Amino acid sequence: MMKLDKDKLIIGAAGPVLALLTSFVLTVLVLLATGLDPIEPIRLMIENAGYSDIQVLIVNQTGIYYLAALAVAIGFRMNLFNIGVDGQYRLAAMVAALVGASVELPGPLHILLIVLVAMLTGAFWAGIAGILKTARGVSEVVSTIMLNAIATSLVAWLILPKNFGVQPAGSNNLTTGEISESGWFPGIDMGEGNGVIYGFTFVAFALGVVYWFVLNRTRFGFDLRATGASESAAQASGVDAKKMILTSMLISGALAGLSGMPTLLGESHTYSLDFPTGVGFTAITIALLGRNHPVGIFFAALLFAFLDKASSTLDTFGYPKEITVIMQGIIVIAVVVSYELVRRYGIRRQQQKVGEELAAGGALKTDKEVAA
Amino acid sequence: MGIASAALALSVTACGKSSTDSGSSSTASDSKATKAAIAYDIGGRGDQSFNDAAYAGLKKAEDELGVKGAEAEPSSGEGDADKVARLTALARAGNNPVIGVGFAYAPAIEKVAKAYPKTTFGLIDDTSVTAPNIANLVFNEEQGSYLAGVAAAKASKTGTVGFIGGVEVPLIKKFEAGFAQGVKDTNPKAKVLVQYLTQPPNFDGFSKPDLGKAAAQGQLDKGADVIYAAAGLAGSGSIEAAATAGKWAIGVDSDQYNQAGLASYKDHILTSVTKDVSDSVFNVIKSVKDGKPQSGEVRYGLATDGVGLADSNPAYVKMTDVTAAVAKAKQDIIDGKITVKTAP
Repeated sequence: MMKLDKDKLIIGAAGPVLALLTSFVLTVLVLLATGLDPIEPIRLMIENAGYSDIQVLIVNQTGIYYLAALAVAIGFRMNLFNIGVDGQYRLAAMVAALVGASVELPGPLHILLIVLVAMLTGAFWAGIAGILKTARGVSEVVSTIMLNAIATSLVAWLILPKNFGVQPAGSNNLTTGEISESGWFPGIDMGEGNGVIYGFTFVAFALGVVYWFVLNRTRFGFDLRATGASESAAQASGVDAKKMILTSMLISGALAGLSGMPTLLGESHTYSLDFPTGVGFTAITIALLGRNHPVGIFFAALLFAFLDKASSTLDTFGYPKEITVIMQGIIVIAVVVSYELVRRYGIRRQQQKVGEELAAGGALKTDKEVAA
Repeated sequence: MGIASAALALSVTACGKSSTDSGSSSTASDSKATKAAIAYDIGGRGDQSFNDAAYAGLKKAEDELGVKGAEAEPSSGEGDADKVARLTALARAGNNPVIGVGFAYAPAIEKVAKAYPKTTFGLIDDTSVTAPNIANLVFNEEQGSYLAGVAAAKASKTGTVGFIGGVEVPLIKKFEAGFAQGVKDTNPKAKVLVQYLTQPPNFDGFSKPDLGKAAAQGQLDKGADVIYAAAGLAGSGSIEAAATAGKWAIGVDSDQYNQAGLASYKDHILTSVTKDVSDSVFNVIKSVKDGKPQSGEVRYGLATDGVGLADSNPAYVKMTDVTAAVAKAKQDIIDGKITVKTAP
């Protein structure tokens, strides 16, 4: 039994490692092809990551990616592809900022309200795709992509000064107004010039534990994984697959809504035109790379945050920082390919093993053929 | 998760050194040659528009003042914390001034300017944050657009003109407001078709010419015969559509009649509303080099030629009734007889 688990672990890790190596090698080749020193930018990035202000940026970004990737991962476990995390994240952050700026409450309640509004908004937006899927059979891939575009327009409309937006005097930006200080999530100040670690980052990592527990130690988690593995089989054993689809879309959306909270509660305290975007798309890669496992996702999120933040000054040394975008892009492709390769290898290996054991035990050959 | 939080704790505590510590703290004052830096807006250098204009100003300062220039590009989807880190890195390296291109830099400059009181920070398109060491470089885009409106109304035969905005943000609404007012003041019966290409945070409307082309085509079909596009690179698509149909296009930001990429359509570029971002960048660098750094609001309007209407197209210069009306409107704005709205 122990032996089998070790095999599983090695095969589990082989995918990501293969993908990372491929992307690293290809990136070096791209640098060589453009006539640049392939090692220097990587050395610079590692040097950058040694500075504590960059580390703070990396940690904060990891928390944001972690939440968004959990949102994607819970969908993946259900065999649902929620591409709409980005739209859910933006709409939720905007509506939560709006509500947060328009009320005055004592500290913890104020934060709780903002967080709840964000979760409900994200869940609502993802729930539309969930209902479309369960009631009309609309593919969630299509509906969530379209909902992203609708979220963009909706946010753009809501934030107009004639509706709910505020244009600060002398600014060309539009905001939802500043959330008063009772709605700021306390962070850890890392000292002058080093920045602040958002308090919500720790909420993000705690949710990773909750994710693991719910998925692996509860009836609900079992139903979810069962439905993801085979909808018809789960249905036959008494699981209401439609209810599971809707529920997991709602949870996915709620988590997507939370992924805007580190930035909103810890840094900007308002939703403005330059609120970070694209988090939901990066999160898809991170969830894939992390194999939907809470620890795997953590390291994948950390890696992507490192690539993002440590590369920020590369261009001042004459190296295009886009090399990290290339690296991330190659990781996406390499992950898919290498997982398939590793999966096939794993199956072949398993079959071989079973065959050897059967042969050694002198079992009937026909049995083996039937099993294969 | 135990491993995860341990790794987290390790990464935070492993190194107490900040990237801010690496240079000596007061390099800004003891460097010999002036070093100037610009931090670009989304899109970066090569956008044929806003960022390139800022770069032109830096280049001019390098050539004429012997300034050593540095540039930094943003990453897509970044937040204020990243901008703070970038500006800090530039200020720490001894660059003075440090110029943030675009209003998105306002919150970051507010923070970094406090930490580096001896460095001058230029902030383009924003006056919402102020400090003694911040120069707010702003433009009266609506005034230049008003003149474009006057020219469009005069040059139009159908009485229908088009406005294409890249992304629906307050800045571009200023262009729309001025243009529409200029058209209506000149010909109250004229119709102004208004279309925006995208909504934020989708900034494709500043970068994708096909969007500008399709929008212009739609306005041409509705009878527009002069189209003014304030849409960055996407505007070149509008110019192409208008020129192909044999109608007039009005360019934006730089004098697009002289742009190499648009040479085949230039006969149909009536004029361009210019916004002299490069001069504003050059001036703030020069002011620091001369020891009299700019501070507070530095406004570029019609009176100082910070915004204006280009007259490179000989066909435009020949339309004396148009140029006369534009010249009169310009004088009226400078004299304060006409006040141009900044929002539609």
